[in-house]
Amino acid sequence: MINTRIQIGLVATLLIIFGLGLTLYKATRLSLPLLPGESREVWTIESKVSFKPASGPMEVELKLPQALGGWVTLDEHFASSGFGFSVEEDGGRPTARWTRQALDHPTTLYYKIQAYRANGDSLPDYPAKADNPPRLEEDQLTAMERLVEVLKEKSTGPESLTQLMIKQLNRDDPDPDAAFLMDSYSGTSESLMLDVLAFSDIPAHRVRGIQLQDGRRRQHLSSLLEVYDGDHWLLFNPDSGEAGLPDDFFVWQRGPGAVLRVVGGRDSRLEFALVNNRLPAKTVVSMEQQSENFALLDFSIYALPVEQQGIFKGLLLIPVAAFVVVILRLLVGIKTSGTFMPVLIALAFLQTTLWVGLAIFLVIVSVGLWIRSWLSHLNLLLVARVSAVVIVVILLMAAMAVISYKLGLDRALTVTFFPIIILAWTVERMSILWEEEGGHEVLIQGGGSLIVAVLAYLVMSIPVVEHLTFNFPELLISLLGVVLLLGKYTGYRLSELYRFREMVKQQ
Amino acid sequence: MISLISPGTLRKLGILGMNRRNVGFIGHYNSRKNFRLVDNKLFTKTAALDRGIPTPDLYGVIDYQFQIKRMVQELQDRETFVIKPVQGSGGKGILVIVGRDGKDFVKPSGVVVGADALHRHASNILAGLHSLGGRNDQAMIEALLDFDPMMAQYSHEGVPDIRVIVFRGVPVMAMIRCATHASDGKANLHQGAVGVGIDIGSGASVAAVQNGRLVARHPDTGASFEALKLPQWQKILELASGCAEMCGLGYLGADIVLDRQHGPMLLELNARPGLSIQVANQEGLINRLQIANDIADTAASDAERIAMARERFSVANMVPLAEQAAALG
Repeated sequence: MINTRIQIGLVATLLIIFGLGLTLYKATRLSLPLLPGESREVWTIESKVSFKPASGPMEVELKLPQALGGWVTLDEHFASSGFGFSVEEDGGRPTARWTRQALDHPTTLYYKIQAYRANGDSLPDYPAKADNPPRLEEDQLTAMERLVEVLKEKSTGPESLTQLMIKQLNRDDPDPDAAFLMDSYSGTSESLMLDVLAFSDIPAHRVRGIQLQDGRRRQHLSSLLEVYDGDHWLLFNPDSGEAGLPDDFFVWQRGPGAVLRVVGGRDSRLEFALVNNRLPAKTVVSMEQQSENFALLDFSIYALPVEQQGIFKGLLLIPVAAFVVVILRLLVGIKTSGTFMPVLIALAFLQTTLWVGLAIFLVIVSVGLWIRSWLSHLNLLLVARVSAVVIVVILLMAAMAVISYKLGLDRALTVTFFPIIILAWTVERMSILWEEEGGHEVLIQGGGSLIVAVLAYLVMSIPVVEHLTFNFPELLISLLGVVLLLGKYTGYRLSELYRFREMVKQQ
Repeated sequence: MISLISPGTLRKLGILGMNRRNVGFIGHYNSRKNFRLVDNKLFTKTAALDRGIPTPDLYGVIDYQFQIKRMVQELQDRETFVIKPVQGSGGKGILVIVGRDGKDFVKPSGVVVGADALHRHASNILAGLHSLGGRNDQAMIEALLDFDPMMAQYSHEGVPDIRVIVFRGVPVMAMIRCATHASDGKANLHQGAVGVGIDIGSGASVAAVQNGRLVARHPDTGASFEALKLPQWQKILELASGCAEMCGLGYLGADIVLDRQHGPMLLELNARPGLSIQVANQEGLINRLQIANDIADTAASDAERIAMARERFSVANMVPLAEQAAALG
């Protein structure tokens, strides 16, 4: 007994010291701050070019982002398995070119950058030149003339004309001319807008870029309209008519021209995966200056592909939740149903937010219990019964999602984040508990599980905790040491101080 | 305000906590491979029979769903019996039939159930409803014990069993668990059953506790616990410490029932005995476990161990807890 105690003490101390030491090193030498202080939102943007090969040589050209509007690129990285690769200036724009003689299977090429917005600059100057009016069919021409006439009549200048046009073309019931144009136009509504502007002699072009959303995996390029009002260039959102460059818009290409050109392939697609990290301002600046000196950062989570980074952001929080469970069960003595069920519920709470999550959980489990009590009369075999509960739980979730969506409660749609099998087993266990030990015990264990889940959720949602686990994953080694020590804790639980409270007072 | 007892006081009183029990006793003295014999009541029964330890008669075992029908038919010939899961935990899934009402069966509470209820119960047992980890299980059908009339008055609608904690072959602490109306015929203390602490030295009652409070009489039958003194106490202790050697567990709870004709019989063994026996005896386990450790080191035979335990753990030779507490201030 003494022996294993010493062993565990030794190992645990080593682990704790190792974890803390590594953390300290990173904090002092690499000046990664321990607290989420002043920070920059650094976006990691992974572009995926995927295509199916046709016969003959392949050539893929991707125009690289211009990073306008105060955006700074920190780091870029290309993956080009088996392709010849070069980056060339093409008309003043850096362009990545992948080439290959022949190819026989669908392929994906990657291009990853890290960028942050250093300041809120607007876009720089751009030569103003009105496009030639488009060539149109006769009936289209008449409609176009009438539409432009109406727009000019109602507006005071290029700015209000553009806004009016966007409003007109996005209305549910556009006037007959606009409706006819939209119906007969083959291109997108943006190209129609550009033609209307060209017809009105207003210089205009498209600005392509990425709508930044944390955790998105298959984002496509979206567009803004840029219009010259005689002095300045103005940006408009072609859907909402909103003016100005949105904060969450990363400019990829300004002006006409294709972003991606694939020769010798078909079904080509350009998609983006996005992840957002808050990095301390100091680190960002030094990364900008000497990105090669960060060997340790290279071996951190940051070195992973963006999709995996997003997943790890969540995974690294699980040990913290497990730690909360250990403390509450060994030191406090709360009874839970299933050891780590509360952790999974807490993870779901992270997606749903607390109150919504609690409401969804309670509704599903109580309705599930009610239906399960009916199933228990049917005398089914266990596996069939649990599967039946699984199906019922899924149906309940679907019903909840549909009903709440119809009622306009979008939040309840997050119901899908709850782990179905866990919910089903919870229902099953609770109902057995109910039959065997009565409702009292169900309340104790169910309540206990919920309390643990809520506490785990609260701990996981502390910003410092997320910052530390993601930036200093080695702290988890220390956590492992502490958990090992707790595994040898032989003292009393808080609940036992209550359980044995009467033993002294009596007689 | 919830009143708590301070951990310091608990430690001085020698109360064994759940963590210390798990790490220091179950984890240390009970090797994993020996759990099988205890968790499976059929294995326990076979091992007990080999050593001549008396257990209730086995009427039959159901392994597969298709056997249930025939088994239930055969049960039509029996007046009383018990159906239980072979790998049940915590007394779950035990169905007791105490009599017949024509073709139907009578439970201890007087409720009459039909053959289909028996069928369903057996099917649930086989599916693992009551078993550790929910794995598939067998159902066993045993004779219902004819309780010693002296014991029967202390239990309401349930099995009054004697739990003896045995540490390294030395009986350390004992209690009787008496089912009450509040506990719904179950012998679990946290559900409202009465725990009666039993003096290892004499087999007489030390204290009786229901829901953490001292009681003098059984709430349903009105029988006074003060007068309770177990007959055949030496035999009970011998049976309990014999079980320790049989199953190879260092820290063990033996559940024993007194039968009118056959005397003490082994009902089941428990590798993770609960802690409420301390409440029933109004005494902590830790001191006694340390003394038992010394006894186990010096005593050569079972008989010697029991004799030493009866002497050392006799209430007459122990300082009552209340006095200890008073001394602590």
